[in-house]
Amino acid sequence: MIEYLEQTVFITVFLFFGFLIYRRCKTIYRNILLGKKEYNSFNSKNEKMKNVLLLALGQKKMFKKIIPAILHLLIYIGFILINIEVLEIIIDGVFGTHRVFASIFNGSYHYIISFFEFLALLVIISCVFFLTRRNILKIDRFQKVELFGWPNLDANIILIAEIILMVAILTMNAADLSLQNINSTNYTKTGLFMFSNYLTPLLSDYGESKLIFIERSAWWIHIIGIFSFALYVTYSKHLHIFLAFPNTYYSNNDPLGKMKEMPEITSEINLMLGLSNSDEAKGSVINRFGAKDINDLSWKNLLDAYSCTECGRCTEECPANLTGKILSPRKIMMDTRDRAEEYGKILDQNGNPEIKNFLLDSYITREEINACTSCNACTEACPININPLEIILELRRYVALEESKAPNEWNMMFQNIETNFSPWKFPIEDRFKWNKENE
Amino acid sequence: MNSKTISIKELIESGNPPEILFWIGCAGSYDERYKKVTKSFVKILNELNINYGVLGKEEGCTGDPARRAGNEYLFQMQAINNINLLNTYNVKRIVTACPHCFNTIKNEYPALGGEYEVQHHSEFLEELINDGKIQIKKLKEKITYHDSCYLGRANNIYSAPRKVIDSLKSDLIEMKRNKQNGLCCGAGGAQMFKEAEDGKKSINIERIEEAIDTGATTIASACPFCLTMMSDGIKEKNQEENIRTKDIVEILAENIKSKKQN
Repeated sequence: MIEYLEQTVFITVFLFFGFLIYRRCKTIYRNILLGKKEYNSFNSKNEKMKNVLLLALGQKKMFKKIIPAILHLLIYIGFILINIEVLEIIIDGVFGTHRVFASIFNGSYHYIISFFEFLALLVIISCVFFLTRRNILKIDRFQKVELFGWPNLDANIILIAEIILMVAILTMNAADLSLQNINSTNYTKTGLFMFSNYLTPLLSDYGESKLIFIERSAWWIHIIGIFSFALYVTYSKHLHIFLAFPNTYYSNNDPLGKMKEMPEITSEINLMLGLSNSDEAKGSVINRFGAKDINDLSWKNLLDAYSCTECGRCTEECPANLTGKILSPRKIMMDTRDRAEEYGKILDQNGNPEIKNFLLDSYITREEINACTSCNACTEACPININPLEIILELRRYVALEESKAPNEWNMMFQNIETNFSPWKFPIEDRFKWNKENE
Repeated sequence: MNSKTISIKELIESGNPPEILFWIGCAGSYDERYKKVTKSFVKILNELNINYGVLGKEEGCTGDPARRAGNEYLFQMQAINNINLLNTYNVKRIVTACPHCFNTIKNEYPALGGEYEVQHHSEFLEELINDGKIQIKKLKEKITYHDSCYLGRANNIYSAPRKVIDSLKSDLIEMKRNKQNGLCCGAGGAQMFKEAEDGKKSINIERIEEAIDTGATTIASACPFCLTMMSDGIKEKNQEENIRTKDIVEILAENIKSKKQN
């Protein structure tokens, strides 16, 4: 029985994390689908795949900033490839084997592991670089008010966790090599690993049992670390590592200047003009015009919010934010996600989410949405095509259409258009006067 | 006198329906400064004997500022009126000097039944230049070009206005933030029609400082709102005597060789 203890513990831990992650994913999926079911992308399948390949996989838009792009790419490649080793660890954990791939890849195994170690080293360097940029160099976009508190801590936790995971791999490998050197029974010769080899002198004072303890500890830290990280990611801003793919897939290649259509208003107008009868219009039940809360937004807006990793490239380019207005497109996305989380939690407790808080006013203020110039700098800047502008404009629609509470000057502009067909108060009679004037 | 500009209604009544509709826009019709841009474009159209018409008094706001300010209802009412009018006159091709009108008619009218071939004046002028239809004098001047958001990021038109400036053989000096990364003038999204929210600085001042830094003596733009914001910025910086703010078509119209001279 005792010989199966480690395997039993491993399988239990594996299933436990698997269950927690599954449950959390289900909640996120449910929350995203709180958004309206409407579809907003008419891209062909090819265009969709092209977006995924270029933006998510290829990280094309990241390369507008070359240094972070390279560091980000290293972490990304590192994590994907090192996951092959995680597969080995899981197989070993379940079946009680040790370095099962060593016998499969035989002579080339140590090259593969050496390559992984090389990547691990690059990941560590990149993470240290990112921590420095964030906390010591204090890059502007990481010093904005919306990041104070939890978001900043969240970012640092992720970077430090990545470093710990990589250090654990290197320690595990170094201990393994040391054990191989003293011909410990379960540690079959694999050949040298390129980087952890240099760490073995640090372990030279330890005897076999201590080395096994270190090797096993590092193994467990690494794998539990990976499981915890996977679970943590679902609660953090780091979800973009998965959601960047569906988010770019479902993003829209229409010209950025085109606003979302409102067929519900068209049918109202047709009804009023007698172009359709009320039976036709009844087909769609409209809750509200525009958006007051997250369930008035589309599911894609909510997927955007869950995909946002708070990098702040949008806010950095936003003309309103640049000139000291409180609008920050990143905050729009963070607020939308926070409200979706809150909304979901209240639903889970069988409560009514629309009593106390709403996205508008409780999270996003009118001053913020009024400050937007709709210039699309934020949407252009986002590496994974998140669209904060659409949310801002949907909120404006609610304010103007449901509450008639647009800023006074806008109401005057509306009035001018209604009476003079021009946003300025000039008489219709004068519209063609320029033709009679001299140059 | 621009008496050659005739409304499409009259043209159709006299049996000469025009090939192109010049959509003037509200700024081009009423704004003292932008009327000069309208007249410059008309000068070129007339000079080249282009078969065009205008809606005249019948034209109405596309609804863009209402839509961006959230009033979808008003936008659609405007759109339906304009589309009915354009369809009645069987309009197929539209050219406009306003990127906001351009964006709305091109991208947003089709969903409401208005499908036209729409060009911004920069694209139209680029075509004329490429086809060798305009004889252009050289202009020895340093020019910087300010990208309009609704032309640039919204519709990916970056090269056409630059091509117009290039045709003058002037020095085109780019600002630090240009093309996809261009900085908004501050007037889009219906900001033109209200005071800005509290902040540390006006957006147009942020932009004009960048434009002044290029050392250019002309700041070219291709949008009525941008032109207003750039001109206001220049005034505020007391640079009116050193730097001109112009629409690209004004610069071009000032420097075409008239056929009569040839």
